[in-house]
Amino acid sequence: MTAAATAEPTRRDFLYIATAAVGSVGAAAALSPLVSQMNPDASTIAAGAPVDVDLGSIQPGQIIQVFWRSKPIFIFNRTPKDIKLAQDADWQSLRDPQPDSARVKQGHEQWLVVIGICTHLGCIPLPHQGGFDGWFCPCHGSQYDSSGRIRQGPAPLNLQLPPYEFLSASRIRIGENSQA
Amino acid sequence: MSGYSTYKPQSPFMQWLERRLPIASLIHSSFIAYPTPRNLNYWWTFGGILTFMLGVQIVTGVVLAMHYTPQVDFAFDSVESIMRDVNYGWLLRYIHANGASFFFLAVYIHIARGMYYGSYKEPREVLWILGVILYLLMVVTGFMGYVLPWGQMSFWAATVITNLFSALPGIGDPIVTWLWGGYAVGNPTLNRFYSLHYLLPFIIAGVVVLHIWALHVVGQNNPTGVEPKTEKDTVAFTPYATVKDAFFIGLFCILFAYFIFYIPNYLQHSDNYIPANPGQTPTHIVPEWYYLPFYAILRAIPNKLAGVIALGLAIISLAFLPWLDTSRVRSANYRPAYRVFLLVFFAAVIGLGYLGSQEPTGGYVIAARILTLYYFGFLYVILPLLGLFETTKPLPNSISESVLREGSPAGASAPASGA
Repeated sequence: MTAAATAEPTRRDFLYIATAAVGSVGAAAALSPLVSQMNPDASTIAAGAPVDVDLGSIQPGQIIQVFWRSKPIFIFNRTPKDIKLAQDADWQSLRDPQPDSARVKQGHEQWLVVIGICTHLGCIPLPHQGGFDGWFCPCHGSQYDSSGRIRQGPAPLNLQLPPYEFLSASRIRIGENSQA
Repeated sequence: MSGYSTYKPQSPFMQWLERRLPIASLIHSSFIAYPTPRNLNYWWTFGGILTFMLGVQIVTGVVLAMHYTPQVDFAFDSVESIMRDVNYGWLLRYIHANGASFFFLAVYIHIARGMYYGSYKEPREVLWILGVILYLLMVVTGFMGYVLPWGQMSFWAATVITNLFSALPGIGDPIVTWLWGGYAVGNPTLNRFYSLHYLLPFIIAGVVVLHIWALHVVGQNNPTGVEPKTEKDTVAFTPYATVKDAFFIGLFCILFAYFIFYIPNYLQHSDNYIPANPGQTPTHIVPEWYYLPFYAILRAIPNKLAGVIALGLAIISLAFLPWLDTSRVRSANYRPAYRVFLLVFFAAVIGLGYLGSQEPTGGYVIAARILTLYYFGFLYVILPLLGLFETTKPLPNSISESVLREGSPAGASAPASGA
């Protein structure tokens, strides 16, 4: 311990600091599996593969709910009235401004495909309710229009769009978007 | 925890043990000879009640864990099996479920008592902060326990609460996925909540030891807020405090038993007897009653991130009380203005609780915003300023003087002191 009395750093000081530094790195490395084990594992990720949905049986005005990656996906077969309401809305004044054309695939304006999770705190909005011909979230009162855009209530964003593509006029694949 | 003991081991075995592990004298000095202010009223029995409730929850919880299955396909049915098949399972589950409510009832009274009598002030800041940490641990434990029956309210409570973190910019979504262990609340979520729900009560028990340790270093506050000065101001913990605590725990248990045996589901939501359905949110979703004031604050704020921050700040701010309150006088009995503002604060919290249970529309939102404003206004504006402007009443010279002056010279309990 006589080395501690000298003002100059000694080789022993260097060894102490180096040992502590390597020890800290080791402790941090040991922490990483403990943190990582809580993330989704490979089987969960694999189960999130794309799903195909046949649109043929969906009646005009009907909203169906399918699951992709444990998330509910709403598929809305919009009537001409719903489409017109969505297109005519003054979208620039909305909270999350988006024209209807940015929320559907060109040539498939009839079909709205959105993730059915309220962007506020994750509840599932109820279809055909609320004042905008779309959805109403029972948890905190957010209302979405027939384009899935937030119109009223605490939710900050429009209903999210999942990646999807049309395989044919009446068949979509959710989870994949080769055009994008 | 030492310094009060007059303990002298008598038997040869106790003398032998004392030289090796002085546990008997530690217990004696902490829970028998420990001097406690002679004027403590019944509001001071809630510490004992809380310790009792922690014991009740751990014992019933460990037993329930013997019959519960933390797996999404079996969790709901295993809870139903506890209710129908397991011998006395219904009783154990009703004690545990209602026990959570009574645990929170007791902690709210305990916190309110601390605020009324200024128990957080110098030198009790660390004691108070440990208390806020205990409350936070209770909130987390209670939430995770509520998820375990895997009913509709369990599932959607888990979804809504974990989604609070999604408000954080950038890191929000990875955190939520990490908490879930998947793309949504599911089996990994249930499993880890079960593990943590079993662990956290023992962490709570550990922090309770620190809380009581800190209490025994600085001593108890009392209704006058004047520190004990002579032996005349105090009485021994046993029998005075232990018997008084035991008596009031008995009264508390009568109310507790009334809920368990007569209205066991009064504080529950019927939707939680429907198995969890990830495809449908219940039409009216509210948290347990003990989270309602904070839920109302969350909903009162129209911006998602700001709402989540306000929710967190509403709880964390309690830890800053020792520094937000600038007055040197502890007890609200000698602070007429503080007393009025504080009672309005309590009323505002109860009002927020009511608003949290209602649909978030029109007038309810406006009322919740006004009460939220008062909640933070009280903590961050009124409290710091009051200490500078308030004229306080003269304090008694000592605890015994205040007791004798008010005309009840004997006994440890103070006359009703306005609280």
